[in-house]
Amino acid sequence: MADQNALFEFLLRMGDNSLILGHRVSEWCGHSPVLEEDIALANTALDLIGQTQFWLGLAGEVEGKGRTADDLAFLRDAWDFRNVLLCELPNGDFGQTLMRQFLYDAWSSIMLGRLMTSSDARVAEIAAKASKEVAYHVERSGDTVVGLGDGTEESHARMQAALDYLWPYVGEMFDSDEVDAAMVKAGIAPDPASLREEYDALVAKVLGQATLTIPTDTFHHKGGRTGYMHTEHLGHLLTQMQWLQRAYPGATW
Amino acid sequence: MYAQLVKTAGTGVKTREEMSDEERNFQDRVDRDEKIEPKDWMPDDYRATLIRQIGQHAHSEIVGQLPEGNWITRAPTLERKAILLAKVQDEAGHGLYLYCAAETLGVTRDELTEELLSGRMKYSSIFNYPTLNWADIGAVGWLVDGAAIMNQVPLQRTSYGPYSRAMIRICKEESFHQRQGYDIMMKMAQGSDAQRRMAQDALNRFWYPSLMMFGPSDKDSVHSAQSLAWKIKIDTNDELRQRFVDQTVPQAKYLGLTIPDENLKWNEERGAHDFSEPDWAEFFNVIKGKGPCNVDRMDARVAAWEDGAWVRDGLLAHARKKSATRTAAE
Repeated sequence: MADQNALFEFLLRMGDNSLILGHRVSEWCGHSPVLEEDIALANTALDLIGQTQFWLGLAGEVEGKGRTADDLAFLRDAWDFRNVLLCELPNGDFGQTLMRQFLYDAWSSIMLGRLMTSSDARVAEIAAKASKEVAYHVERSGDTVVGLGDGTEESHARMQAALDYLWPYVGEMFDSDEVDAAMVKAGIAPDPASLREEYDALVAKVLGQATLTIPTDTFHHKGGRTGYMHTEHLGHLLTQMQWLQRAYPGATW
Repeated sequence: MYAQLVKTAGTGVKTREEMSDEERNFQDRVDRDEKIEPKDWMPDDYRATLIRQIGQHAHSEIVGQLPEGNWITRAPTLERKAILLAKVQDEAGHGLYLYCAAETLGVTRDELTEELLSGRMKYSSIFNYPTLNWADIGAVGWLVDGAAIMNQVPLQRTSYGPYSRAMIRICKEESFHQRQGYDIMMKMAQGSDAQRRMAQDALNRFWYPSLMMFGPSDKDSVHSAQSLAWKIKIDTNDELRQRFVDQTVPQAKYLGLTIPDENLKWNEERGAHDFSEPDWAEFFNVIKGKGPCNVDRMDARVAAWEDGAWVRDGLLAHARKKSATRTAAE
């Protein structure tokens, strides 16, 4: 049997990514540039929150301390969150939001594809469901990145600025540690580093069509998926997201 | 309702003798409950009134995202967050169907949007009230969507085909919205003291604004008579308001909440509840832009539109490049 602590950590990483990014995307509600985007962004956020319910629900089960998905989402502090930093970065303008979405979706679509053959049937089942949604997400965010990158001079400049800002946060999605080693050993999940080649090919193709230039600096920020050091942004997000649960402990909603 | 104080174009109902042949033929079709379709002949005033009514309804769906969006990032559970996201997404979708229905009358979505942002067209007064505690999200579903359904169910039979079909789709989703709102209210009413306080506070603040949604009494209005004759209005404002009160009173009682109206009582003779009228001076103030949230709501919509200009321009430029490349290749 796989190391249950490592499995719990892995599931938190998956669930916290979708939770925090879903929350960020939901901040757009009613404020996007065009009605179709309001619908699409709400739909993306909804899918991500749905995926969160599965990942964190399973995490709570694996942990075996009776914590529900809601307990994990609403009653942990920033240091216990395991999402990559990319997901917690602020929305910025619409271009930054869609670039962040594409950079994440591209990773997520590859990761979920691999997880569909996980040795853990529960993981494989969640991945199968989520990968259908993410296949659509990556198509849509990719198309929008291309449309805006190869649009007007202004939209191109904004998308390049978004890429330059976000690129140093991409590398963290491919970091590996002992949790990943335990997952690989148990056949539950792939080594994140092994996704990089496929990711680079996909991203290069789309960003090429978008006429955008991928930064050459290979430095990347880290600290989210290990919980060692999140950005300052996460705490503010949590103050909002967790407010009712914190202000009225024990209430049912 | 989502369309209030829609001024009916024209001078009132014409007698058969005053009508032209085309008008008589049109009215006969309406009277036979035949649907009027975009390419059919229709009186200019019918077209103009429908554009105002459908446009105002569409704008209400769009602005209506804001008070609920105000709580999406603070929804207390993952399930509540997902439901609220789904609901607000539905509302944006309703806006889309309605703008499409309006487009069949010869006006574009961008034109209607400009009318909204410049303040020439209105949206429902209800969305100028704030959502202050989580129970407000319940109250919006229960009361606001409840009042909207009360108006929209009859409009499924409206004479204009595209509007009628949009209403049929919208009503299906609205009834889910109302149920989820009532479900939130149930949880709150059965919850802790603080939650019950939130529920009562929400009802106190949303009761009269909900009654205002039907608009002031129009039983003597010649304009309403024309809209009724054209079947783009099916019931009078007072009939709808009464139906709403009669439906809501037992629901409030079941929740153990008190409707903030000392004059509310069952009238055996009428077979209906007597109730206090809302403060119509407040209503007209809100319509004129002096509601608690008018300025913020419009600022949010204007900012979304202006900040998004580069996105719309960029996507359009890309689409043109692509189609030029395709044409060149052919």
